[in-house]
Amino acid sequence: MTNWFELVLLALVLITAGGAILVKDLISAAFILGSYSFFLALVWAWLGAVDLAFVEALVGAGLATVFFLLLLFQTAPKDKPIRRTRPPLAALLSLPPLGLLLIYAATDLPAFGDPSSPASTHVSPVYIENSMKDTLTPNFVTSIIMDYRGFDTLIETAVIFTAGIVCAAVLWRKEA
Amino acid sequence: MIGAHDSVIVLTISRMLIPLIQLYAIYILFFGQYSPGGGFAAGVIFGASLILAILVFGPETHAGAVATKVVAGDGLGLLVYAGVGGLCLIGGGEYLNYAALELPGLSEPARRSLGILLTQIGVGLDIAVTAVSIVLSLSFIPHGEGSHG
Repeated sequence: MTNWFELVLLALVLITAGGAILVKDLISAAFILGSYSFFLALVWAWLGAVDLAFVEALVGAGLATVFFLLLLFQTAPKDKPIRRTRPPLAALLSLPPLGLLLIYAATDLPAFGDPSSPASTHVSPVYIENSMKDTLTPNFVTSIIMDYRGFDTLIETAVIFTAGIVCAAVLWRKEA
Repeated sequence: MIGAHDSVIVLTISRMLIPLIQLYAIYILFFGQYSPGGGFAAGVIFGASLILAILVFGPETHAGAVATKVVAGDGLGLLVYAGVGGLCLIGGGEYLNYAALELPGLSEPARRSLGILLTQIGVGLDIAVTAVSIVLSLSFIPHGEGSHG
């Protein structure tokens, strides 16, 4: 069943996403993108993914906005119109049927929160039941990402380290 | 270029807010096992407090020198994380199997819990330092000494 605030959230997410693309002033676009992330965080929280909502609000609405603004101080704040060529006819004809096919395929997905869906019958119960016993960690999201899936998080940390190094490598200038 | 802010209101409010933000980040880090949050969120919050400090008070010395030092600390958190994995190897277990951490007087779940906490500190450290170094790279465009700085 859809609640009324789900529709309001969906409308806000769509409006802010469209606004971020359409607005001409790039600093406004950065702020609208931040508010988009914030509404998306509310969607995650409503779906029950509180950890993800937390990080989305922090990174999307907080850190990314700061990065965008700092970058905009170095460039022109106005959007320059680029002349786009018309999309080819093949794309125009083939993309709508592809979308219809995807929507048709989506009807086969298990309903949201379905207790008999494959995801909630095989893997999730093991983590939920054993997290406290194995790791003394009540928040099993943390025990999954740091212990059961520790390698994934190690490589993710390496990705973030790489991002910092690449920013320095690309942006730093040699002494002329 | 970003220097110290000239508004007394901004300076005073940030001076009050920054310790509170950092305290909240530490709370998020150590309560990640009991509530939403954890290393990633804590690192972002701590990094944000440092970014606020840089934007409001400005770097004390030459900005490029600060940036060089911060980027040098980029891999520190990754080293902590990988180092905990290495300690597990030394303890006789598999890599990142925290049950093998050599600590007397701790049951196996407690050792796993400790391992999660230590690696979370690594993740938080890595993200906080990287966030600050990206901000410094973006805002000051330092002049490097080597081939790539």
